[in-house]
Amino acid sequence: MSKFIVEPSPHIRGNNTTDKIMTRVLIALVPALVMSVYIFGIRALYLSIVCVGSCVIFEMLYRRLIKKETEIDPSPAVTGLLLAFCLPVTLPYYMAVIGCFIAIVVVKQLFGGLGQNFANPAITARIVLTLSFTAQMTYWAEPFHYRTGQEALDTVSSATSHGADALSGATPLALAEAGEQVPGLWDLFMGFHGGSFGETSGLALIIGFIFLVLTKVIRSVTPLAFVGTVALGALLAPGESVILHVFSGGLLIGAIFMATDYATTPVSIAGKFVFGVGCGLITLVIRFFSDMPEGVSFAILIMNILTFYIDKITFPKPFGMVRESFVFFKKNKEGKKE
Amino acid sequence: MRTKKLDSPGPVIISMVQNIGAPCVPVVKPGDYVQTGQLIADSDSFVSAPVYSSVTGKVLEERFILGINGNLEKTLVIEPEKNEILCEKIAPPVIETRAQLIEAVRKSGLVGLGGAGFPTHVKIGYDSEKFNVDTLIINGAECEPYITSDYREFMENSGDVIKGIKLIMKLCAIPHAIIGIEKNRPIAVKLMRELLETEKNIKVKPLPTNYPQGAEKVLIYNTTRRIVKEGQLPLSEGCLILNVSSVAFIARYAETGIPLISRRITIDGNIVNKPSNYLVPVGMTLGELMKKTDLRLQPDRIIFGGPMMGKSVYDLDTPVCKTTGAVLFFKDMPEYRATSCIRCGKCLRACSMNLMPTEFEKAYEMRDLKRLRKLRVNLCMECGSCSYICPAKRNLTERNKLAKDLLRKEL
Repeated sequence: MSKFIVEPSPHIRGNNTTDKIMTRVLIALVPALVMSVYIFGIRALYLSIVCVGSCVIFEMLYRRLIKKETEIDPSPAVTGLLLAFCLPVTLPYYMAVIGCFIAIVVVKQLFGGLGQNFANPAITARIVLTLSFTAQMTYWAEPFHYRTGQEALDTVSSATSHGADALSGATPLALAEAGEQVPGLWDLFMGFHGGSFGETSGLALIIGFIFLVLTKVIRSVTPLAFVGTVALGALLAPGESVILHVFSGGLLIGAIFMATDYATTPVSIAGKFVFGVGCGLITLVIRFFSDMPEGVSFAILIMNILTFYIDKITFPKPFGMVRESFVFFKKNKEGKKE
Repeated sequence: MRTKKLDSPGPVIISMVQNIGAPCVPVVKPGDYVQTGQLIADSDSFVSAPVYSSVTGKVLEERFILGINGNLEKTLVIEPEKNEILCEKIAPPVIETRAQLIEAVRKSGLVGLGGAGFPTHVKIGYDSEKFNVDTLIINGAECEPYITSDYREFMENSGDVIKGIKLIMKLCAIPHAIIGIEKNRPIAVKLMRELLETEKNIKVKPLPTNYPQGAEKVLIYNTTRRIVKEGQLPLSEGCLILNVSSVAFIARYAETGIPLISRRITIDGNIVNKPSNYLVPVGMTLGELMKKTDLRLQPDRIIFGGPMMGKSVYDLDTPVCKTTGAVLFFKDMPEYRATSCIRCGKCLRACSMNLMPTEFEKAYEMRDLKRLRKLRVNLCMECGSCSYICPAKRNLTERNKLAKDLLRKEL
């Protein structure tokens, strides 16, 4: 008697898997990695490897600790690479490892692991690092400093003691705030300016964005709403440059790779739009009225927290659903009867 | 490929549960001799259809089998003889009024051949005072992969399809008819358009090739832009939906009087050498069908129906019934393990009812009946799209079914 497999329908499945999605995100980040190595030197690559490696190891160790199945999947690598891109190239390695611990263990695994965390691990780790190691986290290396022949900073000491070193290049936004000369459009677009090493090159990030949209990993609505809101705000505000606001700081990497994180953003298209606009507004407020550098990070974190409520108000209307009108009155009537 | 007729050399097992509604009661006893087309079971209930013998031979026994829906079903086992004798009672029915049509359709034993198996006479016997039906929609949108039996109906019996449509339109006084065919069947669209050139009231509507295009509410929306409200029948929007094979059968029955004793079945799958359609007698067992099929390897999963909504079959004695549209043989399908939901939202966008399968799953795990009701899990038609699209390979459709069942039990 031959045996047959019995299972609930459907009996065929699409060939898309979570691992494929995560691998595509990694591929989309490769252009930015290449550009960052070109701009900031080989240390950008080393820092990325440290972050990816420690994120994967933390994930495995934690899962072993709580006796969950240890599966090799690319999602911690995505977190690690994204976190690395948010760091200055001069950051000491041990600080990066601390960031990875916060991202993977504290933010992701303590809340239940893949898909269960309410805040974006990379963003939260970046904020924690910025608040803990402010000096090192806001020490921006000059682009192409490695070509000048000078040692690419022995980080901690030099960053703290030298303060405004000749090598340190402020971010364009900081320059603008200080009323100094900002980089030109070409330098902004290509990423030849100071900043976290993965976030400066608009070109590379936009290539990644196009790849993700074409492979249907992300929907273009969140990034467009986010960047669009910031651009519109900068356009309307007196004395602000739209191009400067769009291409500097963490706006592009945040909008493309972090505001589109599945676990921490709304699921419906309407919700994604609300999320993007909300992120844009908070970014504008922080950039215009605050001295803090982390506008995009805080915007995404705050909207992450609101995601639950955005999901609630934007849930799609089922086809043919009859809305319960005057729910308030109905409840009262029922209450009276009881 | 033209449909080939198959005969069952071994005993046929005819189930008393061939449709949605009341099961039938046998009117013949073990030991009786029955002819092809002879009434063998009937029911007094309105929502049911009589069952006829698909072979000539001796009734061996009454046997209980576990049906594909998981319920115990009473069946009649009939040993066929070589020479087939058509029952002498068979005569073309007199159909001149709507009441006669409804009566004749009931007598024919017809149930919806699309797969749900709702007795057709109940559908066309709607209350014409309560519902103002102005459009007859012919469901030729065979949206599940692999199945082609309705497509063959268009190609081989196009005359019957048109005759059936006209008969129903005339007797039920329905002014318009729309034939919905998916765009990936351009030959069928062209053929029907050519045949219906002079008919102004019957339109052929090519539909986008999207699953689940053939689902009732989706089809109504795509052909007429009407939205069937939750808990309502298509009739409330003035639509009567019939499957193309059902309509063609009505036309054939009006001419010959031969009841529903066989149906067209697509045999396909990844180990079938020549996928094709067969006219299979109702009650033919899977084992017999497998012997007649040209298989490359021994299958490890067999499905009755389409791959999206069909049912797994494990017993070679399982008989084909009136609603079986396809028998699929598979081997070594990719197996996936469910991983954590990553909230990608693909299931929401795949759902043609605009539901949130991922939220159903969470609410079901917590047995949150209030939330399940609020999210309208009852609107789920179990098409399987959410499970198909899910990159984490979660069994969302299964949860939806369980959630619906949970709500049903609580009511």
